[in-house]
Amino acid sequence: MKTTPKNQTIITAEPGKQEVFVTREFDAPRELVFKAFTDAKLIARWLGPRELKMKIEKFEPKNGGSYRYIHSDEAGNSFAFSGVIHEVTFPERIIQTFEFEGLPERGHVVLETARFEALPNGRTKFTNQSVFQSVADRDGMVQSGMERGVKDSYERLDELFEQGAIK
Amino acid sequence: METRRDVFQAIADPTRRAIIGLIAQDTMNLNSIADQFDISRPAISQHIKILTECGLIVIKKQGRERYCEAKLQKLNEVSDWVEKYRKVWENRFDIIDEILEELKAGERHKKKTKKK
Repeated sequence: MKTTPKNQTIITAEPGKQEVFVTREFDAPRELVFKAFTDAKLIARWLGPRELKMKIEKFEPKNGGSYRYIHSDEAGNSFAFSGVIHEVTFPERIIQTFEFEGLPERGHVVLETARFEALPNGRTKFTNQSVFQSVADRDGMVQSGMERGVKDSYERLDELFEQGAIK
Repeated sequence: METRRDVFQAIADPTRRAIIGLIAQDTMNLNSIADQFDISRPAISQHIKILTECGLIVIKKQGRERYCEAKLQKLNEVSDWVEKYRKVWENRFDIIDEILEELKAGERHKKKTKKK
């Protein structure tokens, strides 16, 4: 039986800003945490929700690399996500772009910076900053589809959020 | 200049949050809202104007009085969004924890076999 308290996930989304921070500590050294974020096989296990099939079409964890992955459900719906990798600095930093290709409109790209900080006792602090192109993009990740009158996409997006497919 | 008009702008200000809290239970007229605060009536009117533009308050006229009614549905947009985001990441982190335990076990195994 483990008695260690669950590590808290902290979401910081200040009103009126274009960014969101996610912070979480891990009970593992940062080299291992970094590996979990840069090894395609490991990413395939955690990036998507357990119920969806995850296919990593391309994943190049290096400066100037790119990635594309596809989630699909049993009903045959599939959702693709892609981006380019700006920087991978072992074991401290990953900077990349992110786009959900299934949005009603292309071009809503997010800039993501993941930082890994070594803590005492072999622990690691992970911080991910996502910078959106506008406050509306950030706040409206879910609502955007509905405002444009594309209810289908909204519902699909909402489902995806429920299932955990979209970050 | 404040030009943003959405729910996030609405709740960014403590007076506006207090106003929402005040009328969340029951509608109130403008004067009774203003009576609850130490700041000037025009300042309160300005806050109420912003809240109206952000869609968190609707003003209804009854005779000569104007009543403010809170539209709390809008507020859910904020917490829904952040909560969904949190859930997505929590699910991921749970799996990552499992992966890390495996990786740590693998490392321990490597060290052991190295010693031998």
